[in-house]
Amino acid sequence: MAYDKFTVLTSTAVPLPAENVDTDQIIPARFLKATEREGFGDNLFRDWRYDVEGNPKKDFVLNDPTYSGKILVAGKNFGSGSSREHAVWAIYDYGFRCVVSSFFADIFKNNCLNIGVLPVTVSPEFAEKLFNAIASDPSTEIEVSIPAQTITLLTTGESESFDINSYKKDNMQNGFDDIDYLLNMESEIDKFEKTR
Amino acid sequence: MEKTTLFDKIWDAHVVRSVPSGPDVFFIDKHFIHEVTSPVAFLNLEKRGVTVKYPHRTIATPDHNVPTVDQDQTIKDKLSRMQVERLRENCKKYGIELHDLGSAHHGIVHVIGPELGITQPGMTIVCGDSHTSTHGAFGAIAFGIGTSEVEMVLATQCIMQSKPKKMRITVDGELGSGVTSKDIILYIIAKISAAGATGYFVEYAGSAIQSLSMEARMTICNMSIEMGARGGLIAPDETTFNYLKGKQYSPAGEAWDQAVAEWSALKTDEGAVFDKEYTFEAADIEPMITYGTNPGMGIKVKGNIPTTEGMEGSNKISYLKSLEYMGFAPGEPVKGKKVDYVFVGSCTNGRIEDIRSVASFVKGHKKADNITAWIVPGSKEVEKMAHEEGLVKILEEAGFELRQPGCSACLAMNDDKIPSGKYAVSTSNRNFEGRQGPGARTMLASPLTVAAVAVRGEICDPREVFEN
Repeated sequence: MAYDKFTVLTSTAVPLPAENVDTDQIIPARFLKATEREGFGDNLFRDWRYDVEGNPKKDFVLNDPTYSGKILVAGKNFGSGSSREHAVWAIYDYGFRCVVSSFFADIFKNNCLNIGVLPVTVSPEFAEKLFNAIASDPSTEIEVSIPAQTITLLTTGESESFDINSYKKDNMQNGFDDIDYLLNMESEIDKFEKTR
Repeated sequence: MEKTTLFDKIWDAHVVRSVPSGPDVFFIDKHFIHEVTSPVAFLNLEKRGVTVKYPHRTIATPDHNVPTVDQDQTIKDKLSRMQVERLRENCKKYGIELHDLGSAHHGIVHVIGPELGITQPGMTIVCGDSHTSTHGAFGAIAFGIGTSEVEMVLATQCIMQSKPKKMRITVDGELGSGVTSKDIILYIIAKISAAGATGYFVEYAGSAIQSLSMEARMTICNMSIEMGARGGLIAPDETTFNYLKGKQYSPAGEAWDQAVAEWSALKTDEGAVFDKEYTFEAADIEPMITYGTNPGMGIKVKGNIPTTEGMEGSNKISYLKSLEYMGFAPGEPVKGKKVDYVFVGSCTNGRIEDIRSVASFVKGHKKADNITAWIVPGSKEVEKMAHEEGLVKILEEAGFELRQPGCSACLAMNDDKIPSGKYAVSTSNRNFEGRQGPGARTMLASPLTVAAVAVRGEICDPREVFEN
């Protein structure tokens, strides 16, 4: 479905420096039984966030009131494994609009863009700067701008540009999705289908 | 003429339109759906007031979430039942072919596609499941997609995709005895890491790959995603054609000859350039097992868990956290570690050859007392063959419990869960934290190694257990 427009986001961030966070950690398979898209945020990072009895684990970052915000700053190779879009639905439903990492798994990144969560790939050095800045001051604000294609640490002004193709950039800024585009070229696809 | 790769040939033939500085509009020949990643796609179609454009290009089966006992009865778990019922309703409403629970061709979607001959060389195939890469074994471009993309395919038979980079992995030489295709892929992933092929589509080549059966090739392509690759494929050859001949959906008669002629042209031109190449020697590969919480954390069964030497920062922290979860220490051997469960099944190793190999090795042996052994056929067809060939009897005599087809303990969405803290040696594809149940500790290995572990009750090298 068409999603929220995304131009510039300024927010504090939640740090999760663990590497190779797979989609089974983001949303375990046993919570994939719904037939609708809403409500997955409650089980985001379920087994890291809650113990077996369902009590919050104090040492997990989402349970630490020090950190909040619409940006998740994650470790290297974030979102590997299963193609479940539920992982991004959970991230979105929890309230994040942007995920920053030095390296994303492919399908996860596609899934993010398809529902309007912005994946921002930064250099490992810039990721380190973000983690350090958030650790020393959790109220640190980060600005992510799609028109400028930049991510900026507002406390120091340090900034880095990120890649996004112009088609997706346009989609994100206008809240369009791929199906809108594809439905508009129905007769061209029909013609092609007959050749297959 | 420009030299192109197998991947280029298939990709380029499926581009309907290239968006300037954007992705390609990519046509999909076959689309598989299952009960877990499709309901929201159908729901959104309805919200948009759009229908399924080419229903004959989509094939459905419930697999992820189904029970593996009493499949003839109503599903007890309410949410699982709802998902399966929703799939039935959607298939009926839109005229989509459904291989329902209990029917002759029910099974894991990546097992039934090839089994029915739906999967064919040169095709583009997608499914809302990352192990769709399995179908690449036939020389097809096959990969997993998210639910938004499932919706796109249902509505338009296309998705928007940027063309990935190309990687070739060549494995030359002869495999040693007791070494299987599962060991090849675990070896490759251990070498290049769980993220080493992210952004790439892989072609597997070389004499060791060419000598493999179709089923063994599927195991390799299946795990392409475990090194981050969107998919992996193998050029079709006589082995491919022999497998497909006479299958229900394979072309027949004149159409067969024409298809084989076309399929035979599907190969990488000599001199075509890949963005990245790796070459490995089959002789260097031994039975493999994973010790950590991603599939890249694999070693020889006879090897030691790596020490933290040379690691630093978050890399070291993540590594130690992973070992802590597994209850292992850096530097120690895995051989001799007690095991609680073995699982034979999944889209990686739930085909008839896998069950044959386990049965042939455990014949005349008994599983160890400390082991619970589950064997879950990938499909009804596999189950039927296992009965007809007498494999079920052998396995049951050895103390294995045969369950009904489905994804089962590979992802533990149903009741087939490994209890917290217990060790499972599994033929499946992922050893992530909690993958086989909250707190479960998974070690991935080949069906042969699993058979040996079942008999010994501890981690062991199959070559030492089963002589000859």
